Amino acid sequence: MKSVVSLSGASLKFGQRTLWEDLDLDIRPGEFFAVLGPNGSGKTSFLKVLLGLQKLHAGQAILGGRPVERGSRLIGYIPQQKSFPADTPMRARDIVGLGVDGHRWGLRLSAAKTNRRIDELLEVVGATEYAKVPVGQLSGGEQQRLRVAQALATDPQVLLCDEPLLSLDLHHQQAVSALINKQCREQDSAVVFVTHEINPVIDYVDRVLYLAGGRFKVGTPEDVMTTEVLSDLYESNVEVIRANGRIVVVGLPDATTHHHTHDHELAREVA
Amino acid sequence: MDVDSILGAIFSFDNYGELLVLVQNSLWAGAILGLLGGLVGTFVMKRDLAFAVHGISELSFAGAAFALLVGADVVFGSLIGSVAAALLLGLMGVRARDKNSIIGVIMPFGLGLGILFLSLYQGRAANKFGLLTGQIVSVDTVQLQVLAGTAVAVIAVLLAIWRPLNFASLDAEVAEARGVPVRTLGVVFMVLLGVSVALSIQVVGALLVLALLITPAAAAMRVTSSPVATVVLSVVFAVTATVGGILLALGGRIPISPYVTTLSFLIYVVCRVVGSLRLRQGANGRVLKASLQP
Repeated sequence: MKSVVSLSGASLKFGQRTLWEDLDLDIRPGEFFAVLGPNGSGKTSFLKVLLGLQKLHAGQAILGGRPVERGSRLIGYIPQQKSFPADTPMRARDIVGLGVDGHRWGLRLSAAKTNRRIDELLEVVGATEYAKVPVGQLSGGEQQRLRVAQALATDPQVLLCDEPLLSLDLHHQQAVSALINKQCREQDSAVVFVTHEINPVIDYVDRVLYLAGGRFKVGTPEDVMTTEVLSDLYESNVEVIRANGRIVVVGLPDATTHHHTHDHELAREVA
Repeated sequence: MDVDSILGAIFSFDNYGELLVLVQNSLWAGAILGLLGGLVGTFVMKRDLAFAVHGISELSFAGAAFALLVGADVVFGSLIGSVAAALLLGLMGVRARDKNSIIGVIMPFGLGLGILFLSLYQGRAANKFGLLTGQIVSVDTVQLQVLAGTAVAVIAVLLAIWRPLNFASLDAEVAEARGVPVRTLGVVFMVLLGVSVALSIQVVGALLVLALLITPAAAAMRVTSSPVATVVLSVVFAVTATVGGILLALGGRIPISPYVTTLSFLIYVVCRVVGSLRLRQGANGRVLKASLQP
């Protein structure tokens, strides 16, 4: 099947630091693709490349048959949950409305059509009952459902999700990830799901891109999430334990400390 | 001075009909500025720029004072000052924290410059005072035309960028992902804000400009979350404050600004009370499933 996202020979560097190099990747429609790795491994930058907000150092990124571009209507973007201020002058439905026509110039003139679309989207994510509630009074999970509805407004072929479950409770994590999976299976959208924790979506994930220490590994969770592969990526002894269909990685080097030593090394090299 | 004479100075309605004819231009100017302030104010609130408005107005005051000193057009001087300040903030302060510290640095500098220019100025003292507290009473037809023309231009640009600016103000990250030129819109809005501040200073003065650009929108946001209702109420509140303020001030011997700012403040207080009463009742538009069941 034709891929909807395709990277070839893609490299990303910041200064002297290489985030990843020579990445070849094809993501198919209807595939749930997780991007994992420690902080600073370039997960978010990976999404920024697909959004057209970050240039590759080398190689090519194709989305929907064309080089990636800013503001593509093929993409739906779901960010990390960040609460809206309590006095935000928007109701739930207005947040969804931003996804429908927020990028257009001028004022909204065709209200009836837009409102119908907003109602449909609210229905899809099960937010109809709080459609008119001020967004600042909604819980984090409710706000995140609205983000999903907002991202679905253009019937996207690719859903880019940047840690969408962060700071949600377990119940809402399940609800939101099920919604994203539904779009993936029923509408055949490809999902690129950036997360530091695979377990909330472990039942849905088809393939994994694991980024660590300037290197990467692509494959099914069974192939990638193993003691051998991760120990190799991290260049230290990491143990992967599977229990009750969940995956626990033990002995991860602390990403922040890792960073510091790295920076120190750089500083010494420069000096 | 006894209470009666104080009241007489504040409120006097002798020969009201004749006075009303004389201040027609001022009333129009007040209405236009109310409309502008109400519209721009909603975005000032959404973008959390209340403090920026204050900073811009101080530099606008410095520009006006300089123009007064060298005998140039005061409105032009204040326009230069405020647009320069707005651009500086728009280009430099990307993060809110950054922005606030830059404003904190600019504001006293602008005010200091203004005071310097005013002390050097040898002309009428009323002109000096007017820059800080406003002087809308003597608006001639030409001034009114310039004011109206500029306001129409600002509103036209604002309407043209309304939806993407709204998106960028509420959720810059997602807006950027959708291809909205977030940064450019931010700078454009700062220019619009700079011009609006310069125009508003003519009515309420540099010190009180917040009453036109913040208070009405803040009051509206207390009583509604509907985007359309917020804008409509904000404009209604701002126009009520300016036009109402001018009408009340007619007979008295006091500048217009205290009337405008007091009206504006009272509207805010009422809205706040109404808003918190509603919040306490818990009615926020949620349709409870339980209420549907028998």
